[in-house]
Amino acid sequence: MKREYLGMIAVFIALALVPFAAEWTGQSSWVRLVGQALIFGMAAASLNFILGYGGMISFGHAAYFGIGGYVVGILFHHHAAGTAFLGLIPGTDQMLITLPAAIVVSGMAAALVGALSLRTGGVQFIMITLAFAQMFFFLFVSLKTYGGEDGIMVRRTNSLPGLDMRDRATLYWVVLVCAAAYYLFLRRLVQSSFGQIIAGIRQNERRMAALGISTYRYKLYAFVLSGMGAGLAGALMVNFLRFASPDMMHWSRSGEFMIMVILGGVGTLAGPFIGAGVLFSVEVTLAKYTEHWMLPVGILLLLVVLTARGGLMSLIRRVTGGGK
Amino acid sequence: MILLFEQLLNGLQYGVTLFLLAAGLTLIFGIMGVINLAHGALYMVGAFAGAWVSIQTGSFWAGLVSGLAASAVAGILVELGIMRRLYARDHLDQVLATFALILIFNQSTILIFGRQPLFTSLPPVFSGSVEILPGLPYPTYRLFVIAVGLAVAVGLYLLINKTRVGMLVRAGATHRQMVRALGVNIKGLYTAVFGLGALLAGLAGVMASPILAVQVGMGDEIILATFVVVVIGGVGSVKGAFVAGLFLGMTDTMLRAFLPTLLQQVMPGPEAQALGVGISSMGIYLMMAIVLLFRPRGLFAAQG
Repeated sequence: MKREYLGMIAVFIALALVPFAAEWTGQSSWVRLVGQALIFGMAAASLNFILGYGGMISFGHAAYFGIGGYVVGILFHHHAAGTAFLGLIPGTDQMLITLPAAIVVSGMAAALVGALSLRTGGVQFIMITLAFAQMFFFLFVSLKTYGGEDGIMVRRTNSLPGLDMRDRATLYWVVLVCAAAYYLFLRRLVQSSFGQIIAGIRQNERRMAALGISTYRYKLYAFVLSGMGAGLAGALMVNFLRFASPDMMHWSRSGEFMIMVILGGVGTLAGPFIGAGVLFSVEVTLAKYTEHWMLPVGILLLLVVLTARGGLMSLIRRVTGGGK
Repeated sequence: MILLFEQLLNGLQYGVTLFLLAAGLTLIFGIMGVINLAHGALYMVGAFAGAWVSIQTGSFWAGLVSGLAASAVAGILVELGIMRRLYARDHLDQVLATFALILIFNQSTILIFGRQPLFTSLPPVFSGSVEILPGLPYPTYRLFVIAVGLAVAVGLYLLINKTRVGMLVRAGATHRQMVRALGVNIKGLYTAVFGLGALLAGLAGVMASPILAVQVGMGDEIILATFVVVVIGGVGSVKGAFVAGLFLGMTDTMLRAFLPTLLQQVMPGPEAQALGVGISSMGIYLMMAIVLLFRPRGLFAAQG
């Protein structure tokens, strides 16, 4: 147990030092890359909660990521234009408002999708979550007011009182703190009785129902929590890139989140973050050398799925000998 | 009225294309229990091989034969090399492995053919149009596509309901374990069904190639619609694929054709255009959600 805490603190400190290391070596792009990897890690971790722990294969997770992002984008749009959303809700650029708003709105979207989708299972569940994500995708494509296909620019990062958010490093630290907090939250959640029930449903839903647990309700709660996490990640991403577009919720993005989870290790806490980091850096590195970087990524993914069980986390555990 | 009829025919033609893809996909899912996202890639392989050969030789029919052959061979190779290892895995592994196959197929096609779309010409026999209603000339090629699709539907019906292989296919779709237990050469059956599915996908690809631009990503666009057809029709049911394919094809085409104009009655032009296109793209997904709410297993779900 002690070892785990030490490891967590060491990783946090190492990540917190990235901006200094970037300045030291002159590789200013590091901050940007690591920041994005952290945000993708959060999104993948939120998916992993329902996929790895709950056994619900959602193929539409990018929708909540995108919705969270669009909340930030739309609120900023109205803030800049001095108008109100639907004539009711004024825009804002305060992160303390936009992030919770993104979490709530994406949670509501997940509640709607989850309430309908969880009535099915198996392949139908995979496809209906994909279908809803596609609907959101086309909805945002068709909203000309918010940029349609081109997406919406957020000219300035949301502000936080007392911090200079235009500074890349500051923004990076905000992202890092959010990611760390989210990691700790998921850790608590998995260990809680709620998390145990979710894991129990994955192992044997009928048994949990026989124990008197309303499995539909628990699955729905998990689905909503997971959507909220993805919404938070999306909101941070839009702040980080200062841009929101329908591409954030394209179905291949949902596939990418699943790849991150599988690559890192299904049903592990750190796995999705590692998977996101690895996939993202592989993509960025390969993209430098060839425009056909998707080919090696595809082959790599195929090999991982066909041969490696448990992803990179099981490899790490085997090497360090820690955990089970 | 004439416009409506024309769009209905266009919808029918899109519908049979969807059916050709969905029939193979639903059989593959029903019998092997595997989700094959890469089915659209086989469609693309058929279209590219067909288009390339017909450009080289100048003959549509040579293109048709080679497109069919290419997609069937690609399908059988994929089954022998990769799919076979996935049958016993869970859906997640299947989705990811076939997602990887999409990336591999798409990028390989870009490497071979480049990003420029290929354009093929219509076969000379079908390059004209016939007047099917007074004042409505309709391209013969599209009628030909519809006829081929319906012929395949009849052929599949006979194959599945009247032959020994079809009996095994039906048995496999309802009681997979039982067929295995009775000592049927299940591996051979799997390869054959996958090859047949790939062949049908290739046929859809070649037939669509003179109408659409043959380009990378064409498979991704249509595979999602195909999955919607499969799920609405009921996984494993060819009849369901037929009904849902035609219905969705027509609905989708009608929405795209008329919704933007209808919306323009109530709101300004460009916005109505964008919203209309958006809503019509959502249409098929919305229908799937509604069907699954009332029939969680689809319209014609096979048992077991």
